[in-house]
Amino acid sequence: MANYSTNEFRSGLKVMLDGDPCSILDNEFVKPGKGQAFNRVKLRNLKSGRVWERTFKSGESLEGADVMDRSMEYLYNDGEFWHFMEPDTFEQFQADEKAVADAKQWLKEQDVCEVTLYNGAPLSVAPPNFVELEIVETDPGLKGDTAGGGNKPATLSTGAVVKVPLFLSQGEVVRVDTRTGEYQGRAAKS
Amino acid sequence: MWTPAPANIRAAPLNPDRQVNWLPSAGLPQLQARAQLFQQIRDFFRDRQVLEVDTPLLCSAGVTDPAIEPLTVIGGLSVPATRYLQTSPEYAMKRLLAAGSGPIYQLGKAFRDGEAGRRHNPEFTMLEWYRPGFDHHQLMAEVAALMQHCLGRDEWRKVSYRELFQQTLDIDPFTAGVSQLRDCARSRIEVEFDSDDADLWLDLLMSHIIEPGLSGLCFVYDYPATQAALAQLRETEDAVVAERFELYIDGVELANGYHELGDARELQQRFERDNARRVANRQSPRPLDERFLAAMVAGMPACSGVALGVDRLLSIATGEADIRKLMPLAWDNC
Repeated sequence: MANYSTNEFRSGLKVMLDGDPCSILDNEFVKPGKGQAFNRVKLRNLKSGRVWERTFKSGESLEGADVMDRSMEYLYNDGEFWHFMEPDTFEQFQADEKAVADAKQWLKEQDVCEVTLYNGAPLSVAPPNFVELEIVETDPGLKGDTAGGGNKPATLSTGAVVKVPLFLSQGEVVRVDTRTGEYQGRAAKS
Repeated sequence: MWTPAPANIRAAPLNPDRQVNWLPSAGLPQLQARAQLFQQIRDFFRDRQVLEVDTPLLCSAGVTDPAIEPLTVIGGLSVPATRYLQTSPEYAMKRLLAAGSGPIYQLGKAFRDGEAGRRHNPEFTMLEWYRPGFDHHQLMAEVAALMQHCLGRDEWRKVSYRELFQQTLDIDPFTAGVSQLRDCARSRIEVEFDSDDADLWLDLLMSHIIEPGLSGLCFVYDYPATQAALAQLRETEDAVVAERFELYIDGVELANGYHELGDARELQQRFERDNARRVANRQSPRPLDERFLAAMVAGMPACSGVALGVDRLLSIATGEADIRKLMPLAWDNC
């Protein structure tokens, strides 16, 4: 991989630091008028998700990380791995539990996810921002109670548990924001 | 009267689909604030009988300071040898002082290679002025008066570099060894380098820890001799200090001034020391400015001088933290 100097550090650039792939979030040039120039850099460690703040001497460089974000279709889970396919090439990738992490509770077959590849293998998976999932278990719906503010937990087909309004019942399909885990409404009938 | 061009020369654009953002970096209110600030600065110096000068931007010598890189111009019939875009009008203005100009100021552009960010633009606007007969404390008072004039802020304080480190970090910058400075820095900042240069650690502590906490208008004065640049040295009871000062406003470095060194021999030694450090850092050495040194031999009146970043001053006046949004066309937009 190419090396990148501090003056090439841009938000989104992927570099290696302490042996881990990182994504640069922010790069601030700090220099006293008469003195050494530094770059104060915020990076997200793509393995741990932690944000690091490190100071470099200006002009130093880091090795680029072989990291790519690709849109892939989720295929199935075989009990150990989650399988994804690149829709153009039909190339398949298997992600382990560490890579799918919290995303797994939102993964529905054929949904398109952002898969981050590191050295060609899935490092992390981002589900679509919105998913439509069927309620497989919840307390019986209270017919007509569409105005009340109350809600109840509902288990969805992927195993995720979200709070839904009281009037919904088992078998209905709901739309959920995966970034907040919040119910957005009933899915449009298709 | 604006006359539209005749229809026959209004040729179709070369590339009608061109999707380039041509819009200015600053809005009109920012440009108006900029113009108003320039006017306030000129009023201030006119009232004080300081003469405005405009020295050249492109000269045959550049600074030797290893921490400052000029941009160079190498082509053109008028440029038989490399010329340097000036990183400050210091050498040229000092030649005017030596020739008997009396107090002078310059409001103009300066260039520094590789300096880009929210508070830096490779081409920026600098105000620099010189006061024969002033020491650095008298000049600090005048800088404070200019801030009162431009910002309407009249509260300010002074603290020596040494006291500042003692108060903030409980460390004496004049006696601490490299390992003590390194430990102090590493306990507070995650650094990706090592160095045996005490000044590098001092710069790091100053810019990362001390500077962001300097509220209000704060002058820092009497720097370590190793950071004298072109300031006079003074012996105190237990240390040699450089009669240099910096102004910080709300945690932003704004101005840098000296009780100026006029001794040609010592100046030449400092330039040669700078060049030796440049070579050690694998930077190319700079030719010395012989005309400047000759002027110093002829004699510059005892004086103090200061350079101030006008884009940063405008940033403080307007509350816009990114100086690039206060420029007609910032570096990446021209």
